[in-house]
Amino acid sequence: MYDIPGPRLTDSSNRESASGHDSYPILSWIRMERLGTLRRNKMRITGAVVMGVTLALSAVACGGDDDGGSGGGGDEVTIGFMGDLTGENSGLVIPPKQGAQLAIEQYNATNPKVKIKFKTYDSQGKAEQATPLAQGAVKDDKIVGLIGPAFSGESESVGPILEEAKVPSVSPSATSITLAEKGWKYWHRVVADDAVQSDGAANFLVNSVKAKKLYLVSDNQAYGKGLTDAIAKAAGGKGAQTQTDAVDDKATDYSSTVNKINQFKPDAVYFGGYYAVAGRLFKQLREGGYKGKMMSGDGSLAAGLIEGAGQENAQGALLSCGCLIDAEGKTNEKAKKFATDYKTKFGSEVAIYSTEGYDAATAFIEAVKAGHTEPEAINNFLKTLNAQGVGKPIKFDDKGELAAQDIFIYEVKGNTIPLLGNSNEAKVS
Amino acid sequence: MLDDFINQFWPSTIDGLALGAIYALLALGYTMVYGVLRLINFAHADIFMVGTFAALWTARSMGVSDVGGFALIGVVVLMAVVAGTVAGGGAMLLEATAYRPLRKKGASRLAALISAIGASIFIQQLMGTVGVRWIFGTSKEGGKLDVNEHFKDLSNVVDTGGIVIRNDQLIIFVGAVLMMVALDQFVNRTRLGRGIRSTAQDPETAVLMGVNIDRVVSATFLVGGIMAGVAAALYFLRFETTNYFVGFLLGIKAFTAAVLGGIGNIRGALAGGFTLGLLEMYGSSIFGSQWRDVVAFTLLILVLMFRPTGILGESLQRARA
Repeated sequence: MYDIPGPRLTDSSNRESASGHDSYPILSWIRMERLGTLRRNKMRITGAVVMGVTLALSAVACGGDDDGGSGGGGDEVTIGFMGDLTGENSGLVIPPKQGAQLAIEQYNATNPKVKIKFKTYDSQGKAEQATPLAQGAVKDDKIVGLIGPAFSGESESVGPILEEAKVPSVSPSATSITLAEKGWKYWHRVVADDAVQSDGAANFLVNSVKAKKLYLVSDNQAYGKGLTDAIAKAAGGKGAQTQTDAVDDKATDYSSTVNKINQFKPDAVYFGGYYAVAGRLFKQLREGGYKGKMMSGDGSLAAGLIEGAGQENAQGALLSCGCLIDAEGKTNEKAKKFATDYKTKFGSEVAIYSTEGYDAATAFIEAVKAGHTEPEAINNFLKTLNAQGVGKPIKFDDKGELAAQDIFIYEVKGNTIPLLGNSNEAKVS
Repeated sequence: MLDDFINQFWPSTIDGLALGAIYALLALGYTMVYGVLRLINFAHADIFMVGTFAALWTARSMGVSDVGGFALIGVVVLMAVVAGTVAGGGAMLLEATAYRPLRKKGASRLAALISAIGASIFIQQLMGTVGVRWIFGTSKEGGKLDVNEHFKDLSNVVDTGGIVIRNDQLIIFVGAVLMMVALDQFVNRTRLGRGIRSTAQDPETAVLMGVNIDRVVSATFLVGGIMAGVAAALYFLRFETTNYFVGFLLGIKAFTAAVLGGIGNIRGALAGGFTLGLLEMYGSSIFGSQWRDVVAFTLLILVLMFRPTGILGESLQRARA
């Protein structure tokens, strides 16, 4: 149809080069069009220095490994932990890392025959960083098991590597539905998947919040979109009227979404995605005059949500999660003891997936306790494991899914997000 | 679809103008530097980012919360002054370290472009690794990449049922327009402004006529930086949050706005900024927010197909003539 407007563009840029000669050194780049006259010497050095500093800084930003466990001689096996430890969503991954670290330190403190070395791998939640890390973990560090990867996207790329190396993994927090459908034999998780979460959330929204009109916003990423699509379907099936929109997770301005929501006037808005975006969205919703309920999923269950939205705007926001955060021991006694130990050790309250991190580590510890130190044997042991964790019973089905399938609801109060209850029985205030 | 557009017309317009004002202020920096040096200053977005941190620092050190009314205007002015100073100074420093040495050596313009990209990465990483911690003492542990400071108290200045204008939106729009008028006057009426215009038109003749190019280039970066700083203060007023990569997406949008209006053309940058802001909002109201960028960029392509030099045409002086 049309020509690429190349000639015309070049035209306009040639216009000023027509008379171009380096009569004035200061002006040379304003005029110069010829390439390859780059003068080397000092510039190369400055360039190299700037480049070097930049690279060094990016390397720092990417972070290194830090070893939580003790070295020590004698028999020792290495258990890895992989997830986003320094990136944008590290608020979701530091707690399970600390949970796992606590479990392993407690185990090592009992002076067992075989100690466990805890090694962390910071993937920043990115599949392309997780893949080489996983290969290194298997080949160089010879891990016998991996806790993680924390997110679903990175799990998809790390799964095949562990499968080939025959190293078992237990993820504390990867909730994508598709992971269990890969037919992986070495993969497990100690959290219910997004299908269970979306059913639980939809049930809760329709039955307890009594939402007749529901607006679903996703960040258009695998996790967020999958979750909101499933909730829309489930809630639609229960007679709720739904509408959807998506926001850009790298942008900050969500006013077009707010305008759509204000036009639809829903009883509740559910956001599928991570807390940084949820905070911005909830803030702009309240500022835009929206008065209804706001709810989100496990990706937003972090203090960063309240900080981002502002305490006032975040009040009453609801969150659904397959994770159990139970500092008061509402559900079981072990949870309370875990919360106390966690606080003593790290100086902060138990947070999202810290329970699951502890439970995932417990699964491996049980295997080592039973005398298994080879990956294959540990994997076989996991298939038969039946133990009580600090959150839920640890028992896997043949796909690697946790047998217990509970979804819990949390509500923002002040600057905390306490447990409201199981999604089937939780009541909104 | 179309009734969505009609129903959301007023809120979309108001949000679009507020957003467009920020794009336009930021686009001015791109367009002025391009006008004078024919260089795309990719690090401009990071100057903006530094500005948002300066605004945040100002709000935090004043320790205010829930400010509204005229007090809010005062706070914003102070934030704009601090952010404008920091960003303007930062832009001059950037020019002196990343571009001037290359220019003096007579390096090719492509080398300067690479230098711009390097400077952009450098500023971002510096802020991400040590800057944030140094200024605020917050650790990265726990994923505190977004730094927030909630200080404003919102109220509706205009509320007719259909049209609701909040105080922050009004301040952003009025503040941006004031800055644009000031810049227009500066470029068109002052001696230095004349220097900038003449350098943009014909640098060799400008030198022959006694224009000090180094000063002009410095002034261009300073003015562009101040605009970015004010944009940063207004941005921070609106969103009350920032992080070290906040400039990336906004920078692309502002650059787009500059190209849309005609790069090198100051009034073009304004036209481009507001057009882009409004288009994004109208586009999302019709097609859904996920189509926002698609709509904006499709329009950019259409405009460039029929007007390759942008809405108001390239070059710094033409809109003036």
